[in-house]
Order: sequence, then C-alpha cells, then structure tokens
Amino acid sequence: MKGKKIIPLFFLFFIFCGCSSAFAQELPPKPNPPKLVNDYAGVLSVEEKNVLEQKLVAFNDSTSSQIAVVLMQSTGEYPVDDYAIALYRDWGIGQKDKDNGVVILCAMADRRVAIITGYGLEGALPDAVCKRIIEQNIKPAFKQKQYFNGLNEATDVVIKRASGEYTADEVGGDEFPAGGIVGIIGVFLFIIGLSFFIQYHRVKRYAILNAIDFWTAWQLLSAADRRNQRNSSGGWFSSGGSGGGWSSGGGFGGFGGGSTGGGGASGSW
Amino acid sequence: MKRSYVIIGVLVILAFLLYRFFVGTQNNVVTKDENVKGKWAQVENQYQQRLDLIPNLVATVKGVAEFEQSTLTKVIEARASATQIKVDANSLTPENIKKFQAAQGELSAALGRLMVVSEQYPQLKANQNFLELQATLEGTERRIAVARKDFNEAVQDHNTYIRKFPTSLLAGMYGATPKGFFEADAGANKAPKVEF
Repeated sequence: MKGKKIIPLFFLFFIFCGCSSAFAQELPPKPNPPKLVNDYAGVLSVEEKNVLEQKLVAFNDSTSSQIAVVLMQSTGEYPVDDYAIALYRDWGIGQKDKDNGVVILCAMADRRVAIITGYGLEGALPDAVCKRIIEQNIKPAFKQKQYFNGLNEATDVVIKRASGEYTADEVGGDEFPAGGIVGIIGVFLFIIGLSFFIQYHRVKRYAILNAIDFWTAWQLLSAADRRNQRNSSGGWFSSGGSGGGWSSGGGFGGFGGGSTGGGGASGSW
Repeated sequence: MKRSYVIIGVLVILAFLLYRFFVGTQNNVVTKDENVKGKWAQVENQYQQRLDLIPNLVATVKGVAEFEQSTLTKVIEARASATQIKVDANSLTPENIKKFQAAQGELSAALGRLMVVSEQYPQLKANQNFLELQATLEGTERRIAVARKDFNEAVQDHNTYIRKFPTSLLAGMYGATPKGFFEADAGANKAPKVEF
C-alpha cells in the first residue's frame, strides 16, 4: 500500500526538479559587474550599449524601477516568454518590496521577443501596452535590422509609462541632501560638546578631591589619559563609527530581488 | 540524592526538547499551509481575471463579425460552468483541485478554439479593441500558468513536509492533510498563442 503511494510522489518530485534545473542550467548568470543592458548575441555596438545603459541607469536612479534589456542568440526549446520569466526571477529585477522591474528579452536567431513586467508595474504597463510596444516599436525596426532603434524606442515608451509609478525613496542618491549635512554636523557638535562637558566635570572633581587647582588637575589627567591610550587604545573619540560611505554615481548598483507574476507580452518579427 | 538530580535534569531537558519539536513542527505546518493558501489566492485571482475578460471578448467578436455561433456558445457555456466551481482555500483536496482544473480546462479549450477561428476573420484582426483583448487574454493565460506553477511548488513543499519522518507523526494530530495540485493538462498547453 505504502509503496504504491510513494512511487508517484517520487516521480513528481523529479518532474519538478527537472523543470527548474533545466532552466537554471541554461539561464545566463547574473551579470557581474551588474549591468542593465546585456547583449549576449553581439548585436549592439559599444556606443549603442552605453547609450542604452546610461538611459536605463538614470531611470533606475530616479525611480528605482529597473528595465533590463537582454539579447540572446536563442532561448533553446523554451518559449521566449517562459524563458524571460525564469530569467526575471533568477536575476531579481526590480526592488524586492515593489517588484518594479521590466525585462525586454530578444532571441535573435529565433526572431522572438518578450516584454515581461513585475507585479508592481502591471498597472503602468498592462499586457496590451506591452503588445503594442512590440508591434509598433520593436517589430518594424527589427525587421530592418535596426536593433538599437527598436530597443531605444521601446525603452522610451516603457520609461514614459512607468515614470509616475515609483520614486527612488530608498535608493542612495549621488548628492547628499542638505538636511542630512546639517543633521550630521549637529550630531558631531553635540558629541564634542558632551565630551568636553564630561571632561570638565571629571577634571573639576579630580581637582577638588586632590585639593589642587583646575589647570594642574587638567594637565595631570591628560597625561594619565595619554598613558592609558598607549596601553589600551581606549581614549576619547577612538570609538567613533566609521561613516557609511555612500556609493558614487555612474554605474548600476545591482538588481533588487524583485519578482514577476508573468505579466507582459511576446511576439515575433 | 545527587543521581536523582541528574535524572531529573535530563528529563527536564528532554521534555523541553520534545516541547520545542512539537512547537516547531506546528509552526512550520502553519507557515507552509498559509503559503499554499496565499498561492491559491493568486491562482483564483488569475482565473477570475480570465472569467471577467470573456463577456467583453464575446461582445467584441459578436459586434465585429458574423461569427460561427457554435464556437461562441461553447465559450459562454464553459464560462458558466467554470464560474460555478469555486474551491475554498481551506479545502484544497486533490478531488476539489481536479474538479476545478477540469472546469477551467474546458474553458481553456473553448477559448483556444475561439482564437483559432477568429484568425479567419480579417475584420477582427483589424479591430483595435479585439487585439487588445487578445493580448490581455494571452497575458492572463501566462499569469495563470505562473500562478499554477507557484502553487504547485508550495503544495509540494507542504506535502513533503507533512509526509516526512518525524514530522509525519505529528502532522495528523494537527489535522494537516496532503493538498491537491495541478497536473499538466492538454488544455493549458494549448493556451491561445496567436500571431498577429
């Protein structure tokens, strides 16, 4: 009885495993260093890639939404949209809590393209709109081998549609907000003031206890502190936390771990 | 005297470990159960979207072309019977899932047929409203497939956990029973994939 139940279970288990691992083997690894434009088919020139990448990075910086463009030779035996969904989830395009990502995947030899949206952008980019982008922007250009123009137009439309949807509230910007600087200076001054206050009271108590005047006590204590510092390295200010450096602008910071429910469209040219 | 203390100590530790095991197992069962329910909500949601789409689609098709009546009737009937079969998240038994899948599968087949037939009507292919509905239907079918896959994975995780030793000893006590999942059916694979 039991054996009968177990065999189909094992069978199913292998089917499930087979599905996911087959994909995992054939998906390109997450780009390192992270990039939004990934041309594995060698279709775009270096300048074209740079233009697209800069546009998409700027969009990511201002809205935290991530548009990835992936060009492959072929998606093998998988339909282009299934492949794009697997890739989307594997790379984690968009922010984790917002799922605000889009992947535009083109299989050059198969002549097929898919636009897959994350959960968070399904409202801004409904399936019909994705279809329209494929039909009106990608298809005509790709038919004439104008691959860059097609992708440039398509990303323009996506950016326009998705612009109002999210703002980059937690993405560390290049400029440090003025309020932040004032705050940091304030905290710094407060710590200095507090330490002087503590030191003053310490010296005064020492002076009273030993019946000496304030400045003699100050000198004696400083000498003692210096000696202690040499021994234990635990002096004033030595325990300040190192300031968390914020990333300087330019490159793409990496995918945020977003997911997709399979929204979007696909087509062929 | 001393020995009895040691024995009591060991017993206390054992009791504590046993307690942790009970609590941990119960919590895991609850978590996995909730996960399955959440994924089921997604499945239902996507299927519902498809149901909502159909009246619009039928109206558009009717309005544009003298359409083959039997195909339309089949879609409408399949939709009506699919609407009636709802599965509560608390009773995701294999039988219920099977019934649900069968009803939705009929609708998938009827819709697939509708899409194939619509290819023969140039007026439809030129109609913007129809094209958008078609794109939305295509996307909905894909979302259904993704939701089903996610649901199956959650069910597999749940079922494996409650059947594995030693948690299998407690699973029955907590009322955890294996849940049903979607089997690969012909209808889902024949999701309308129509070229423009």
